[in-house]
Amino acid sequence: MNAAVAERAPTIRVRGLEKSFKRLQVLRGVDFEVARGSVFALLGSNGAGKTTVVRILSTLLRADAGTANVNGFDVSTHAAEVRETISLTGQFAAVDETLSGRENLVLVARLRHVANPRVVADNLLDRFTLTEAAARKVSTYSGGMRRRLDIAMSLIGDPRLIVLDEPTTGLDPETRIEVWRTIKRLADDGATVLLTTQYLDEAEQLADRIAILHDGRIIVNDTLAELKRLLPRAKVEWVEKQPTLEDVFLAVVGRPGEKD
Amino acid sequence: MTTRRFIGDTVTLTGRSLRHILRSPDTIITTAIMPIALMLLFVFVLGGAIETGSDSYVSYQLPGILLITVASGISYTAYRLFLDLKGGIFERFQSMPIARSSVLWAHVLASLVSNLVSLTIVMGVALLIGFRSRAGVLEWLAVAGIMVLFTLALTWLAVIPGLAAKTVDGASAFAYPLILLPLISSAFVPTESMPGPVRWFAQHQPVTAIVDTIRSLFSGTPVGTDIWVALAWCVGILGLACLLSMIAYRRRIAG
Repeated sequence: MNAAVAERAPTIRVRGLEKSFKRLQVLRGVDFEVARGSVFALLGSNGAGKTTVVRILSTLLRADAGTANVNGFDVSTHAAEVRETISLTGQFAAVDETLSGRENLVLVARLRHVANPRVVADNLLDRFTLTEAAARKVSTYSGGMRRRLDIAMSLIGDPRLIVLDEPTTGLDPETRIEVWRTIKRLADDGATVLLTTQYLDEAEQLADRIAILHDGRIIVNDTLAELKRLLPRAKVEWVEKQPTLEDVFLAVVGRPGEKD
Repeated sequence: MTTRRFIGDTVTLTGRSLRHILRSPDTIITTAIMPIALMLLFVFVLGGAIETGSDSYVSYQLPGILLITVASGISYTAYRLFLDLKGGIFERFQSMPIARSSVLWAHVLASLVSNLVSLTIVMGVALLIGFRSRAGVLEWLAVAGIMVLFTLALTWLAVIPGLAAKTVDGASAFAYPLILLPLISSAFVPTESMPGPVRWFAQHQPVTAIVDTIRSLFSGTPVGTDIWVALAWCVGILGLACLLSMIAYRRRIAG
């Protein structure tokens, strides 16, 4: 594949993906593409199969049928090459509790065979405002710090595709906004991001394109603007807007999260 | 290239596991304390009543205590492996471009190091309470070699429940029968004193061959064919455990 073609080819191309666990058919023919440099949200309720798709794309699981290509490599026949170019941030922060934040980053940097693991670790600590806590055991970290470290670990080795599986599930509102900011920054830097979420507002905030996974199939796949057009034309109404509990929470704890 | 990567990744991950062990020194201490307590019990409480035909009971029972030390130490490997699987860091490693078997080898090598430390502590206590050996350098090397082989074999055995267990308790419970096995062998009591079927079991199970070999090496007497039986058991268990671990591993990562 020459460079010009690679540039235009989608980062992810999934065709007819099927997967069953025993008798339960989780994926019944999933198709979608993710364009290079875009943020793609896979939206679905619990058990819709989002994590199954993510696990197949990150070579942790084999599909029963269909094909999945990541950066031009088939995930089942070229798993090693796929692993070189992706990073996965799973649903639960996959950090080493016994090691310090810096040691976690150095460990992943060594395993990714990058030059100067310590420099890479220090830069990421700085970028994710973890420098102060760098020498502390991760078991003393808050949920938000753990998540930030988790994402920082995923970025080592400059993966061309960043996969985030429900990055904000179980986080408090403050931390959630912090993670959103991180993801927006990644997107601004030109990374391709595949994100799964069960929160509509998260997809709305972050994604260029949104696909809804339901009953093992993609039932809608479009930009936010196009999705909005699916609904009846907007009516203009005067409504007194009550602050949501989230607004109250953020006002009281004094973090103007929506400022950016 | 791939071999170099395998070695590099294994070294990195072994370093990680050793850090875990260093930061919970209690795992080495508890590993050593149980066999030391057993040794004191056998030497100072029961030993006087046991007729072994050898001049020093401390030296007689030490090989069995060493095997018990390893058997209790390896359950931490199953435990740590289980925690890695549970915590998601295992999946992170799996989704990264690293040599896949490095993840298991790192746990095994770290177990080897920590068990050798525990064994050294137990040997130290044995020396304090009167263990003396007539073994030369070659015999000591042979003992070390057998212990390394035995530790590797049992550690690979521990990898299987570490990969397959559903709960922490399940991951470490498998070690109990291994700890008890030396009690039904020639480790503490001559097998001749046991009744028929028990004696048959004791004389044909791996611990007896290994214990007899180490005992002969320590006392500087000829080892005879025991050493080949002992080595065959160690290599056999190692091979089988390795194979079963790989099957459990494939099953685990296939989801």
